[in-house]
Amino acid sequence: MTVRNLRIYAPLAFYGVFLLLPFYWMIVTTFKSSAELLNTPNPFLIFHFTFSHITDLLTQTQYGRWFANTLFISVGATVLSVFISYIAAYAIIRLRFPGWQAVSTAIFLAYIVPPAILFIPLATVIIQLHWFDQLWALIPIYATFLVPFCTWLLIGFLKTVPRELEEAARVDGASNVAILWKIIFPIAVPGLISAAIFSFTLSWNEYLYALVYMSSSGNKTVSVGMTTELIRGDVFQWGQLMAGALIGVLPAVLVYFFFVEYYVAGLSGSVKE
Amino acid sequence: MIGGSRLGSRFDSPRVLGFVLIAPAAILLLGLIAYPLVWGVWLSMTSATLGDTGAFVGLHNYAVILADPVFRGAAMFSVLYTVFAEAGKLALGLALALLLNQNFRGQRSARALMLLPWVAPTVLSALAWLWLLDPQFSAVSWLLVRLHLISRNLDFLGTPATARASLIVVNIWRGLPYFAIGYLAGLQSISKDLYEAAAIDGATGWQAFRRITWPLLAPITTILVAFSSIFTLTDFQLIWTITRGGPTDATQVFTTLAYQRAIISGQLGEGAAIAISPIVFMIVLAFFVVRSVRER
Repeated sequence: MTVRNLRIYAPLAFYGVFLLLPFYWMIVTTFKSSAELLNTPNPFLIFHFTFSHITDLLTQTQYGRWFANTLFISVGATVLSVFISYIAAYAIIRLRFPGWQAVSTAIFLAYIVPPAILFIPLATVIIQLHWFDQLWALIPIYATFLVPFCTWLLIGFLKTVPRELEEAARVDGASNVAILWKIIFPIAVPGLISAAIFSFTLSWNEYLYALVYMSSSGNKTVSVGMTTELIRGDVFQWGQLMAGALIGVLPAVLVYFFFVEYYVAGLSGSVKE
Repeated sequence: MIGGSRLGSRFDSPRVLGFVLIAPAAILLLGLIAYPLVWGVWLSMTSATLGDTGAFVGLHNYAVILADPVFRGAAMFSVLYTVFAEAGKLALGLALALLLNQNFRGQRSARALMLLPWVAPTVLSALAWLWLLDPQFSAVSWLLVRLHLISRNLDFLGTPATARASLIVVNIWRGLPYFAIGYLAGLQSISKDLYEAAAIDGATGWQAFRRITWPLLAPITTILVAFSSIFTLTDFQLIWTITRGGPTDATQVFTTLAYQRAIISGQLGEGAAIAISPIVFMIVLAFFVVRSVRER
């Protein structure tokens, strides 16, 4: 191994161990026998392989329900937010209606208001609307942080679509609505995919709103269910907890690996804007 | 021939269509962000509890929390947590970006894998960290004992100093990929000619970094640090999952304390005051951002 190689791969190995350690730990714990969790010559290895933590998790807890809930909310919030953001972004950059500048500034400001500041007053709003402990209510609630983000991302994307395309269609007699759906939409697909995968990842990751606004066990998401119902008292079922964490991480990771280039481009773009 | 439906022609005025298309986003943002934000300011000036709208008490809640050592401790740790975590994310993220900006075998896979901490749901990876830092069965302690760095298992989350340090490390773990990917994009936009010219003039690698790379990355640094700080200062998921603000409030931050007071104890007014208070720091942060952008 050359010196140059060593200077790249040695620090890379440090980062690899640090960044991937919790995921390795989830996998090892999930497939390790219960006895081995407490007494082992080497915690980083598996000596007795088992599926029992996964089967226990799926049969003895409501995990399956929480997983289905999270999937429903994440997909619902993604579809709603991308649709609302697409039409809003188009209106802001092309239709120059009165007050469009104020609206685009407001959307940017909404993007940097953290949910941590909103969750208490929003709780009273949720109660007044009778949305408390209604699973579907998380869809519009998640849209509050997804729409500013997606609109911002799509404004950047739609700006790169040449105006000539629309003008040519307009000469052919196309209406604004037709241009929005038949001309711009097909070109905007990569931008919409970016917005959708980020929305899905952010929804799947959300915790605070789901923790505060959902109360019955059947309405919880994976993160909330695990931290409120699987952690009780001082005895932690680490096998089940890590199995749940591993299964809960998978959808986000699968979507990520499928669209990895979109993530890299989207994150880089959000910095450059 | 495209379009031409009656619905289409009615919406042909850009003004009408513009309002229609922006309406869903506007209703959502006004109803569920702007209104709660204003309502939150009002709530922080009332004696509201869960189930009682309370009465207007002026700045009473703010006076109460400012006199409360737990709140002052939470404010202190929020700032400490943000400063150390941002410094760590910046340094380690930039170093990783410089590493990934070179050509080597496996560069693309390394870049894909390094984003995993950002992609995985924070609460779930925080649970893995909680188990890694277990007082009895910690795998990290096991490793440190085998390496003869410590003599017996550390109670990472049981003492204030180690609990605080552990949370900062986990926050760096989660946030450094975002810095790395941002910096990587910045590095790729710097012209190679600059480095060639510097090399001809006899500049060392460190000088080239100091005089070319770092100044040209400054705008990206400002954006990354400002954005990341806002969300680190109001972090909840990581801290609530790993320490719940303990041991004895040593790792309490604005959001965990607000959650405890407002939702668990039902003191909505006081909780709202705690939740709003980081805005003071955010305005300062925004001021520095605007100034540094203007100077350029």
